[in-house]
Amino acid sequence: MNNNEIIPWFILLNPLVTAVLILFAFRRNHGTAAAVSTMSAFFGIVGSLAAFSLPKIHSAVSWISVGSLQIPFGVQLDKLSQVMLLVVTGIGFLVHLYSTVYMEHDESKARFFGHLSLFMFSMLGIVLADNFAMMFIFWELVGVSSYLLIGHWFTRDAAGKAANKAFMMNRIGDFGFMLGILMLWSTAGTVTFEGLNSAASLAVLTQSPAFLLAAILLVFCGTLGKSAQFPLHTWLPDAMEGPTPVSALIHAATMVAAGVFMLARIAFLIGLSPAAGMTIGWVGGVTALLAALMATQQDDIKRILAYSTLSQLGYMVMAIGLAPDANGGPAMFHLFTHAFFKALLFLGAGAVIHALHHEQNIWKMGGLLKHMPKTAITFAIGTAALTGFPLLAGFWSKDSILAAASEKSTPLYFIGLTVAVLTAFYMTRLFVVAFLGKPRTEAAHHGHDCPARMTVPLIILAILSIFAAYGTEGWFFSHEQHFHWGIAIPATIAFAIGTFAAFTLYTGKDKEPLSLPLFRNKFYFDEIYGAIVAGTQDVLAYIANAIDSLISGIVRLAGMAAWSVGFLFRLLQFGNVQGYSFVFGLGVVGLIWFVVFK
Amino acid sequence: MTVLNFIVLLPILNAIVIALGAPARKSALLSAWTQLALTVVALIGYKPATPGGFAYGSTWAVAPEWGLNLTFGADGLALVMLLLTAVVTVAAVWVTPKIDKRENLFYACVLLISGGAAGAFASVDMFFFYAFHELALIPTFLLIGIWGHGERQVAAWKITIYLAVGSMILLVGLAKLYLAFPEGTFLGSAHSFDMIKMAAALKENPNLISPEVQGGIYIWLLVGFGVLISLFPFHSWAAPAYASAPTPVAMLHSGVLKKFGLYGLIRIAVPMLPEGAKVWMNLLLVLLVANILYIGLVTIAQKKLDWMLGDSSVMHMGYIFLGIAAGNAIGVTGASLLMLGHGLSIAALFAMCGYLRQKSTSLAFTNFGGVAKGAPFLGYAFGMAAFASIGLPGFANFAGETMVFFGAFKSGPAGTLNLAGIQIATVCGLWGVVISAVYMLRAYRQIFQGEALANVEGIKDPPCTVRRSVMLLLAVLLIAGVWPKSMLNFIQPSVEALIGK
Repeated sequence: MNNNEIIPWFILLNPLVTAVLILFAFRRNHGTAAAVSTMSAFFGIVGSLAAFSLPKIHSAVSWISVGSLQIPFGVQLDKLSQVMLLVVTGIGFLVHLYSTVYMEHDESKARFFGHLSLFMFSMLGIVLADNFAMMFIFWELVGVSSYLLIGHWFTRDAAGKAANKAFMMNRIGDFGFMLGILMLWSTAGTVTFEGLNSAASLAVLTQSPAFLLAAILLVFCGTLGKSAQFPLHTWLPDAMEGPTPVSALIHAATMVAAGVFMLARIAFLIGLSPAAGMTIGWVGGVTALLAALMATQQDDIKRILAYSTLSQLGYMVMAIGLAPDANGGPAMFHLFTHAFFKALLFLGAGAVIHALHHEQNIWKMGGLLKHMPKTAITFAIGTAALTGFPLLAGFWSKDSILAAASEKSTPLYFIGLTVAVLTAFYMTRLFVVAFLGKPRTEAAHHGHDCPARMTVPLIILAILSIFAAYGTEGWFFSHEQHFHWGIAIPATIAFAIGTFAAFTLYTGKDKEPLSLPLFRNKFYFDEIYGAIVAGTQDVLAYIANAIDSLISGIVRLAGMAAWSVGFLFRLLQFGNVQGYSFVFGLGVVGLIWFVVFK
Repeated sequence: MTVLNFIVLLPILNAIVIALGAPARKSALLSAWTQLALTVVALIGYKPATPGGFAYGSTWAVAPEWGLNLTFGADGLALVMLLLTAVVTVAAVWVTPKIDKRENLFYACVLLISGGAAGAFASVDMFFFYAFHELALIPTFLLIGIWGHGERQVAAWKITIYLAVGSMILLVGLAKLYLAFPEGTFLGSAHSFDMIKMAAALKENPNLISPEVQGGIYIWLLVGFGVLISLFPFHSWAAPAYASAPTPVAMLHSGVLKKFGLYGLIRIAVPMLPEGAKVWMNLLLVLLVANILYIGLVTIAQKKLDWMLGDSSVMHMGYIFLGIAAGNAIGVTGASLLMLGHGLSIAALFAMCGYLRQKSTSLAFTNFGGVAKGAPFLGYAFGMAAFASIGLPGFANFAGETMVFFGAFKSGPAGTLNLAGIQIATVCGLWGVVISAVYMLRAYRQIFQGEALANVEGIKDPPCTVRRSVMLLLAVLLIAGVWPKSMLNFIQPSVEALIGK
């Protein structure tokens, strides 16, 4: 192993060591746990910066090797993973730093930081994985870290339920994911991305377009779960039960983007199946639209942001379905910029929640601009970047998605534009209601900016939200991107319409002037799914259990019948030992009879 | 005498010594730890003559004219099963709470189970392979009937009748197999009980037993072993027996003894009756899918922890059957690894379930809530064991399960959407992974998360014996899961020697 190869391995294993150390040695030593975890996150960012300029690296050891099943445990460093490493460790470090204050008085702070490090390990594993099986392993592990962190305050009933829901939805997605991996492997004979991307594998895989389509869509099920795409999207808003830094890191910037990252990894396959690409594109587009509509009527600051995340992830998925070029192009570009401004918005929301003593309803805020200027201004920058304010980071990445859409599918392009209007609308609504006007509650009166360890991450992220798109396009696109007025102007108009509408509608209002129950109730997905589960799984389980009791009863009846007439069972009655010894002895006699006389 | 003889003899002799009045718990613990140490020594010193072959051979003539000898020997697969036996034995003895009545007999019985299981795994002679398992069953029945709880008599009778009938069916199958070898196959005797010789003879001449005869034998073995493994529809004994059994018995039977049947299928049915397996393939697939999906649903419907764990253990047998049905090296190796993983994880779950039973009037889920708050270790350890059992990466179960899925899927045609039966069974198995998450997470949430109910507020972390026992089980699970080669290096060559690459 040469020196360069050590770097990705270090990046991967450093948080694991930290997590083990914290969970075993510092469980009761909260301060140390926080410091060690944050330090390790800092090492992560240093490692990722060092890895960024390295040439391609692929280093693997054999994990399982039985006949034709070869599963390596390996790391793969290329442009795609290098950029993703920066995002994960960069935001990871800021969130760690922020959490040292946000979680200061939590009685399970050490557990929180241990799980946070466990998450970093799992997430970096997805980024560095060189094969499908390893990616699946870490895919499950981020699932469990997310489960643990959503359920951090597990004594609250809602937190436990939300954690379960997240895990279950992901399991359903992973059912398809694993099946897709099995199909690809059984045909191509390899699980490594390099191996799948070889001429021989591609030739085999393209022999049957229907098979390839099915395999890709099944793998895509993994994205449905992890990136919370329609129809498996319902877990993400509930996941907001977790501490806010977790929402920022896991449920906005990194883990939920893993589905998009995975699709970027296998973009070469999606490119071979236009039908798969189109299906993925439509799923993304529908998710983007539905989630944006739901976001317009939410009152909880974190839930608005959660629906916004869903919607933006839909954008990315749509982009990768429509433009599956080498590095995932537009989708990864948007993933990159979105990570910064969405993390910023969540951390800003966290600062508000922290200052207002766990108030999350935007209608009970108001006037925060005056009391928490640093938070409010950075939040405004995040909002502007997300809504596509010209020349900020989100503007450029969103344009690249809309450009791809306009090229490939007109209906999806218009969906994209509609989502842009809605995004501007609900974010402006959030900002106007929470930060402008007059404070509506006592708590909002006493809002104040948080300590430096919380505001510094906000400021850094705000700067990145403005400038992240400059000079970084080359990381995502193999050829130079041209500026299209034809894309930028409609997008800017969409931004302006949404923003203006929300301003006029919400300025000076004390309560929601619109009532759209369909959106407010999230299209009743939770109710529908609840009914489906109750109507199928629970009923089936009840029936199965009844049948099982019946089988058991029949056996008992048969046994009793034999008991009353049978010689064997009457003997058994004498007691366990004698009876059983008799049966055993009978067996031996029978055996001898077989051997000797037959 | 080889180290293997000591591994088998030690618990049996100790059982006798304890029954005669030696200090029960101390002797049992000493015996269990020595057994584990010897097993580790045997693993380290395993140097077979051929890759994956048998080592530590020793034999005593019993009836040479029938080819019946007390022959011991172990290959990599047997050694891993012996490791499972030893680890679970230590854990089971360790967690045993204070026994109020006839303590010495209790521990003697527990050690007999362990000795019987070890004897079966270490036997090369088919007759003694069977007999050692019977030796382990008798104390199991006694332990449930005498020291069990709830409807212990009913449960003890149920398991006795079921397993006795199963054993009889198995015996017929084994006898038929014994006789199926034409005379003159073996030197010095008309027939042979030596499983190595039998397998070798069949390898040399695959047509030694005609496909029809193979099919006729296979079904007896499948049903006989199937009853012992709780294959659908012969599973009704499992949940009530485990729910009524004293904690160490539930651990040893579900963790170790139940693996006897699976081990027997891998050791006897898969290599010796490949044609027979083909005849009954579709039946096996239907039954194993029923184990996974139908029992999975039954498990969801359970409202008590002990019953749920018992049913989940039945359900997870389906995956091991799937690997066995695959019949290729990937699937069977995965099934073997999953046997280890399942044995360790279910033992850990039963250990903690037993502790909760001591602390609570009822094991109904509604009786609990927020236990993790007062008992953080229990919350963590139960969570880990639960996640292990539903196939979370990092634990042995995942590695085994994944290999089973790969092996099973591979045994059908590639590159087409016309899935073969076993591939459809694989898809059902994958859905089973979702089902297991439903019941495990639901149980975990209801017991450990949420508001602490008044009646469970007093539940603190278990005493250090239980804690260490669970940690031991989890540690082995993690080692085998993170670094599967630690076990596969033993299992894989032996499986490949048995059934080819």
